[in-house]
Amino acid sequence: MNIGEIIRTLWNTSGFNQIFTHWENAVMIVIACVLLYLAIVRGFEPLLLMGIAFGMLLANLPMSGMMHMEFFSGKSLSEISFSQILHEGGILDVLYLGVKLNLYPCLIFMGIGAMTDFGPMLARPSSMILGAAAQLGVYCAFILAIVFGFGGHEAASIGIIGGADGPTAIFLTSFLAPHLLGPIAVAAYSYMALIPLIQPPIMKALTTKKERETVMTQAKPVNKTTKIIFPIAVTVFCVLLLPDVAPLIGCFMLGNLFRESGVVDRLSDTAQNNLLNIVTIFLSVTVGATSVGYIAGTDKATGEVINVGFLSTSTILIILLGLLAFSFSTAGGVIFGKLMYAVTGGKVNPLIGSAGVSAVPMAARVSQNVGAKYNPSNYLLMHAMGPNVAGVIGSAVAAGFLLSVGRVLGWI
Amino acid sequence: MLFLTAASPFDVSIPDAFLLSLVGFSVVFLALMALIGVIKLINAVTGGNKQNQPQAPVLAAPAAGNAPAAPVPVAGKGSMVPAVGSEGDIDLYTVEDQTAALLMAIVADDLKAPLNTLRFISIREVK
Repeated sequence: MNIGEIIRTLWNTSGFNQIFTHWENAVMIVIACVLLYLAIVRGFEPLLLMGIAFGMLLANLPMSGMMHMEFFSGKSLSEISFSQILHEGGILDVLYLGVKLNLYPCLIFMGIGAMTDFGPMLARPSSMILGAAAQLGVYCAFILAIVFGFGGHEAASIGIIGGADGPTAIFLTSFLAPHLLGPIAVAAYSYMALIPLIQPPIMKALTTKKERETVMTQAKPVNKTTKIIFPIAVTVFCVLLLPDVAPLIGCFMLGNLFRESGVVDRLSDTAQNNLLNIVTIFLSVTVGATSVGYIAGTDKATGEVINVGFLSTSTILIILLGLLAFSFSTAGGVIFGKLMYAVTGGKVNPLIGSAGVSAVPMAARVSQNVGAKYNPSNYLLMHAMGPNVAGVIGSAVAAGFLLSVGRVLGWI
Repeated sequence: MLFLTAASPFDVSIPDAFLLSLVGFSVVFLALMALIGVIKLINAVTGGNKQNQPQAPVLAAPAAGNAPAAPVPVAGKGSMVPAVGSEGDIDLYTVEDQTAALLMAIVADDLKAPLNTLRFISIREVK
């Protein structure tokens, strides 16, 4: 028995020997640890960020064999070898199929639907306009991404970050630009966690003190029948308008019907708790695991081997464009809020416009907090929930439009 | 091209991007405005929302100093009618507004029930 040979082999096959082969992976491990710190110590969106960060850590540890991005990178669904993944893949490869097949975003939407109360929106239907206006960032980021040289399919996927809706961003990107899924998902969820920091300066810059102090009248009560009919009507209307968005809207409204019907409490409870939690674990860990620092790829123009992993110029641009998308969306909502303030003779507080970005309910809480700062007796939360849930529908419609464009232009 | 995408159907010119964005933004607006019509139709059929009540804050604006908040007169106090939004009033005894708001939020969170489905009658500090 040659002990020296055994020790040498052990060293050669260990991850320690290879951790610095690609410095990008080591950097990603550091970033994962920083994100874990933010989630655990600072409490930044820990339900999502912890899974994303740990998935990132696992995928960047050499030799772990849990995730093989080469099975998926740059491949459309029809080009992926499911047999290879099941035979040679790690646990994260198998779980990642749920992302590639768009199972997780739809199931998460079902859970969110079961948690959503459309009451404030139904009581004040005009608030839906703010949910539409807050999609401005989607299209501003789309244009900017084109200006920066991204392809149309990539620009559309980057733009949807402005919808502030993680599942929708993953859903669209899986179809249009799967190679950008990692950075787009990380950007979308990170900025959602940072909404309390991003939105208030924009809200203050675009409104006057008098507008911020506006007290809104009590919303009208909504009867149960309306709440039951609404998800059915929205499903029929939206799916007929944009069939591509059927999986998202269908699951969202099914979850909501579970809740409002009152006859399947067990299903509603499962959708908004157990199912949502399980899928959140799978989604967050696998999305994090797509953020591998170094993946060898080929530049189609020059034929050179290049890094197509997370640490590339395009990722930095996506992070930057994502921030701009969030900012433009917030501004769009507030500007239309000001318009409604003017049209209604000062009855609508423009601050609720910023809640039109989806990010339920965090964006509505920001409206409440900023409003209460200027008028402590002002309770904007329920008023802001209207545009907030309208924003979820708005971002799904925006995604459906971009998917339809993708089909017409041959991006899919 | 700066990135991985090869030239071809994926390329979109800047004017085309503007045009697509304009159409896309319009589609979102039209879709949600159509849904407003759908909601109004549902409300009309089902008798939806009939009344528009004036806002009654959960707590009155903080009074000067440490004085308890003045009660807001509401007919439904203590009744079994579910609170709507921030309807109702509350009697505070040696409890400041901010503390009362905090306590109500904690109770709602513990019960996992929306705050507007709960009715608080009074809060008194037990010494």
